[in-house]
Amino acid sequence: MSNIPENLRYSKDHEWIKVESDEATIGITDWAQNSLGDVVYVDMPRVGDSFGTHEAFGSVESVKAVSEIFTPVAGKVTAVNEGLNDTPEVVNSDPYDAGWMVKIKMDNPGEADAMLSAEEYDEYLSSIG
Amino acid sequence: MRYIPNSPEERAEMLASIGLSSHDELFRSIPADIRMNRALNITEPLAESQVIGAMESMAAKNTAATMPSFLGAGVYSHFSPTIVDHLIQRSEFFTSYTPYQPEISQGTLQYIFEFQTLICQLTGMEVANASMYDGSTAMAEAYLMAQRVTRREKIVVADTVHPEYREVARTYTQHGDLEIVTAPFDEKTGTISDLSSLDDKTAALVVQSPNFFGCIEDLRSLADKAHSVGALLIVVVTEAISFGVLRSPGACGADIVVGEGQSFGVPMSFGGPHVGLFATQDKYVRQMPGRLCGVAYDKNGNRGFVLTLSTREQHIRREKATSNICTNQGLIALAATIYMETMGKKGLQEVAVQNAQKAAYAAKKIAEIDGFEIAFSAPKFNEFVVRGPRPAEEILAGLREQGIIGGLALSKYYPDREKDFLVCVTETNSREQLDGLIKNLKSVL
Repeated sequence: MSNIPENLRYSKDHEWIKVESDEATIGITDWAQNSLGDVVYVDMPRVGDSFGTHEAFGSVESVKAVSEIFTPVAGKVTAVNEGLNDTPEVVNSDPYDAGWMVKIKMDNPGEADAMLSAEEYDEYLSSIG
Repeated sequence: MRYIPNSPEERAEMLASIGLSSHDELFRSIPADIRMNRALNITEPLAESQVIGAMESMAAKNTAATMPSFLGAGVYSHFSPTIVDHLIQRSEFFTSYTPYQPEISQGTLQYIFEFQTLICQLTGMEVANASMYDGSTAMAEAYLMAQRVTRREKIVVADTVHPEYREVARTYTQHGDLEIVTAPFDEKTGTISDLSSLDDKTAALVVQSPNFFGCIEDLRSLADKAHSVGALLIVVVTEAISFGVLRSPGACGADIVVGEGQSFGVPMSFGGPHVGLFATQDKYVRQMPGRLCGVAYDKNGNRGFVLTLSTREQHIRREKATSNICTNQGLIALAATIYMETMGKKGLQEVAVQNAQKAAYAAKKIAEIDGFEIAFSAPKFNEFVVRGPRPAEEILAGLREQGIIGGLALSKYYPDREKDFLVCVTETNSREQLDGLIKNLKSVL
């Protein structure tokens, strides 16, 4: 069973976001880290970069594959988790907290409301088997 | 590729098995009006002995191969121990194709690993790739890598970098966003002088050392200047033998070192195929183009070699790859590896010292001839620019009549330098050849 915290919003690309006023913290879900396997590198954008909705902002490399990470909301990067450069494995061990990837100042804070709730994401995971 | 001859009967049998009666039918799908309806304009078949005779008489026309030559300018005449040619002809090494399957490619992967290790040691860098096509394409890839690392789009390249390298790099990058600015050199020293175009928009400062004029650039101060505006220093080396005596670019602060490895036992071959060198610092490894071989251990602790960080490469990442270079010049890199391992540290130092001493002797003697001078004052390795009393083309033509290839007229690349020519002296030039050059320079006046 995947860990799916109640207080977060989710995308079908398996990113989670946590919204605090107009700022969103983004990472990948427990299901995503589990599917990828041991994460060895996270390629992240720089502070100040802007992205549109569903645009790739970086990639996660595991011993098995490289996957792009998409921002579920449009906006400008305000912080990146520099700690992942040295300890990318926290994406596996703590995907919802220490494994966060970027913070984005949202162009349109309402965008997050359209994302999946924990319950909906759980259903989505069941539907994709 | 194997030569598989087939007889007319076998061809008829193959056509019959796919239901055709002639090979014309095989090409029916090609419209008649774009088909060539005549025989190829080539000679009739020859007996093997005749072919050998024809090739030998063609080879005999290459008189340049037997003349004393002082041509360098990016391709160098060096002695290659017989063992190099002997070992690369082992059939296990015939394919240069990417060794994706380590279980059947340990030999290839091991020499690639050794090649990378040796290039790191020589350049003073932390990581080197399995080689590039040649020095010029390696330089172009270094431009693109600097752009990725710094996210800046301006390249400042010294006018003393090999003009053909700069042309290749321009061609290679012309459809991207790079702005390429040339930095002039000092007329007296022959080294890069004016860095006013270097600014905080610059991705990299690109210099060659020894440069196209044979002059050694002050890499350490150039590194400091590049780093002070947040740019990388790319150092280009076209004469790899110089690694034997000069302080390594890495020790001088280079961020990327690219170069040409032809001097390491690879024939000049009219300019190619040669082998590009590419080395950088560990922190930039994910932005480095080309394939990379690493050492690994299996579950029983046995050492093995595998392709590493393939996620940068196009066979994994497709259009998102760091570059489209996945294959290298495998056989040529092997030759360079065997050369380096045969020469060893001492041997390479020895040949480098011989080059420097012979060149210094020639330069000194030429400067003593009335009307001749050495054009630039900076320290040199095995090449130097001579300024003559008459157009260089005329002087060189005079030397050719005496059976000597005297060097390269700089006006080919620098039109305002009519009287200058570039002379290269290596360990293959005997004392007699040097004295012959000096004697004939006196008499062509």
